[in-house]
Amino acid sequence: MGSKPEFTKVKVFVPSGQLGAGVPASEVEAALERGMDVMAMDAGSTDSGAAYLATGTSKNSRDAVKADLLLLMAAQHKTGVPLIFGTAGQAGGDLNVDWTLDIVREIARDHGYRPKIAVLYSEQSAATIKAKNAAGKVRALPPLGPLADVTIDECRHIVALMGPEPYIAALEGGADIIIGGRSTDTAVLASFPLWKGAPIGPTWHAGKTAECGSQCTATVTLGSGVFITIDKDGFEVEPLHPANRCTVHSVSAHMLYENSNPFRLIEPGGVLDVSAAKYEQITERKVRVTGSVWHPQPYTMKLEGAAGGQYQTIMLIGIADPQVLSNLDLFHDRMHYALVSRVQRTMGEAAGKFDISLRIYGWNAVSGRPVPKDTAPPREVGVMCVITAETQDLATQMAKACNPYFFHMPLFDGVELPSYGFPFTPADIARGQVFEFKLNHVVELDDPMELVRTKWIDLAVEVTKEAAHA
Amino acid sequence: MPKLRDVCRHVRSKVAGPFWVTIDLFFDGEENYRKYRDNVAIQPAAIAKIYGTDPNLVAIYKVENLSMIKISYPRAMPQGGVVERDLHSGQQYVSILDVELA
Repeated sequence: MGSKPEFTKVKVFVPSGQLGAGVPASEVEAALERGMDVMAMDAGSTDSGAAYLATGTSKNSRDAVKADLLLLMAAQHKTGVPLIFGTAGQAGGDLNVDWTLDIVREIARDHGYRPKIAVLYSEQSAATIKAKNAAGKVRALPPLGPLADVTIDECRHIVALMGPEPYIAALEGGADIIIGGRSTDTAVLASFPLWKGAPIGPTWHAGKTAECGSQCTATVTLGSGVFITIDKDGFEVEPLHPANRCTVHSVSAHMLYENSNPFRLIEPGGVLDVSAAKYEQITERKVRVTGSVWHPQPYTMKLEGAAGGQYQTIMLIGIADPQVLSNLDLFHDRMHYALVSRVQRTMGEAAGKFDISLRIYGWNAVSGRPVPKDTAPPREVGVMCVITAETQDLATQMAKACNPYFFHMPLFDGVELPSYGFPFTPADIARGQVFEFKLNHVVELDDPMELVRTKWIDLAVEVTKEAAHA
Repeated sequence: MPKLRDVCRHVRSKVAGPFWVTIDLFFDGEENYRKYRDNVAIQPAAIAKIYGTDPNLVAIYKVENLSMIKISYPRAMPQGGVVERDLHSGQQYVSILDVELA
């Protein structure tokens, strides 16, 4: 085996910011024409809440994810270029990863593809995290405090965010397709270039820039993907949609997006510092970035844990009554008191711990803040009643008990009872369980691979074995 | 006294992970950026009051070359919890638009 060729350049196609969002075939063609070395993308996010990790499900439908994978796996088969995605199935827990693997296998079977697949699992057992915690290896990130075992036990699923190392190991092993569990978005994109010897600072910055696809372009709704070229001194980025472009502003401003610190980005094993980065418009649609610096740090992996809480049943009414609309704060307080009292009177101790929340859309449902005194009344409002209780059944029982008041409560006593506008029959809707993230902690590690499991599936070998047994 | 909306061309908010919210204030030019970047109305104490969070944890970053200020603060209530009003915190910036600059 000879030594690795000296690094000059690497080309990364990032088809989309999210697997299942809809990769256009035209952009895959455009990437093929440019000659990509790897296809890499993010397949998940915590932005839409903890339900996906807690239940092991995906936000995007199976059909939507399959449509994107069909295009990308076809390109992988045609070119032999690796296809990498991380945080599979929205949350990157084992269930989410296996759900994605199932789709990949289905496509491979239907089209006669025989890729070598590496599956990277980063879900963690409660026992593992408790051991790390007991050994003093778990550190809290604000606003949370030190981790208690009881919090670990509350979580249905816990994942550790992978850096590039497991992906690099998979590439070393000859993977054609890598299905990664929960990872930092940037690491998924950085892995192939780092493997090829690309400069570290520019590689991480390129990964951060491209992780959301066309979000770093001038018109984010125009097209889906971006194309990155990393060389010895920096990187260049352009969109694949012919009418779109990257500008100095769109690329530099993207570092701000969904990031609490605009200058420093903490990743496993280091910090990306872009405070001295220089952005240059080198063509009217392409930007070149230099000056990105990587500061190595002791290796840590961030932990995420999703827990299931109480259950919610909701009811919704519309109100156009002008008198109610002129007295919405009073109406809210009267209604809230009436509903809570009703539950206490009819269910007593059996209610257990419960909460009733009234959200007045058209007034202050979204802000939750007091409305200034001189605010004009809206034309109409929607009032959503959210009842939270220990079980779904209890929450629904409470909704049924509250129904007469939610339906008919007048603003003042002694008037004929009004009827507010329900859109549905039945009136109560079992909304499901509350899911929250419980961990905002990092675990300190000596070995980036320690908490990762890698499964190899070589479809060329599997198919041959099946044929031999037929 | 001008309001923040009068001197910014764009203001946006979003979650930065499940525990933090980040607000980006893009001033309409260098002049207003320099004039208002240290204004008391957008200091941690004022921000904490608007969003019901801990003033010691409010972080403010000045990005000179973009004439913008980034404000990050921990969510007052857990994401997706019993009382969730704005899962992605995409509408939270509105509460800051009418802040009067001293």
